[in-house]
Amino acid sequence: MATTKPRTLPLSKRGLNFEMFMWLFTRLSALGMYALILFAIMGALFMGARNDMNFADVLRWGFMPSTTHVQSTNVPDLAPWSTPFWRLTASALLLLAVAHGVHGLVVITDDYIVTARGRLIVRYISIAMMISMSLIGLYVLWTS
Amino acid sequence: MELKRNVSLASALRYKGQGPMLTFILHRIGGLGMAIFITVHILASFMGGKTGVFLNSIYENWLFQIFIFFCVLFHAINGLRITIVDLFPKLLVHQREAIWVEWAVFIPLFAIAVFVIIRTAGG
Repeated sequence: MATTKPRTLPLSKRGLNFEMFMWLFTRLSALGMYALILFAIMGALFMGARNDMNFADVLRWGFMPSTTHVQSTNVPDLAPWSTPFWRLTASALLLLAVAHGVHGLVVITDDYIVTARGRLIVRYISIAMMISMSLIGLYVLWTS
Repeated sequence: MELKRNVSLASALRYKGQGPMLTFILHRIGGLGMAIFITVHILASFMGGKTGVFLNSIYENWLFQIFIFFCVLFHAINGLRITIVDLFPKLLVHQREAIWVEWAVFIPLFAIAVFVIIRTAGG
């Protein structure tokens, strides 16, 4: 195995087209989401979640740090959980998740819709879905 | 960019890809599950009213929480393996070992979450 030449080309010879960019984006946005989720879980522990929340509730907050995810717990004061800081963190997580998720749906549909026309329609639908879900999600996060 | 597939759905289901194939399918189910249910969840929170409250009450149900936690946790942990292996292709030779590590992380974490959810639901 050590004697065979590597089959991967250097990036300069491969070129960077849109699909390649989205492939990379899927990985990097995943890393970004891990960072934000860990950050939110740590934030919850700093704000005293150890006493007032169970493990599942901490994870629920971690995967989307929105105030509504803390309402059903024993946390006495919701004010520190709904600061602009946490809303910004949640917004970043939402935008990354929507882009990552909608692209994932396109990847899945590409396995079953194989005509060029069908794939084009899927792409238009995905762009519309990405923009509308981002806007609706931001509205929900900043008004709740 | 048209292509013809010569594999029928039946033979695709009979394909025995073992561990890696199982993670591939579960990753897909998890991703699809999250995409559908989080979309509905955001729309329900946006609508409010009777429909919104009813839809969001489904999310409070303990059975549904176990399902969505499976989707989220598995997708997150399997995705971490995919990301690491894809960004460092030399690690690809350790693929199967990585999947065992993945299960070793996933099963205890998911078990704790399920235990907590059921105990909370039981009162």
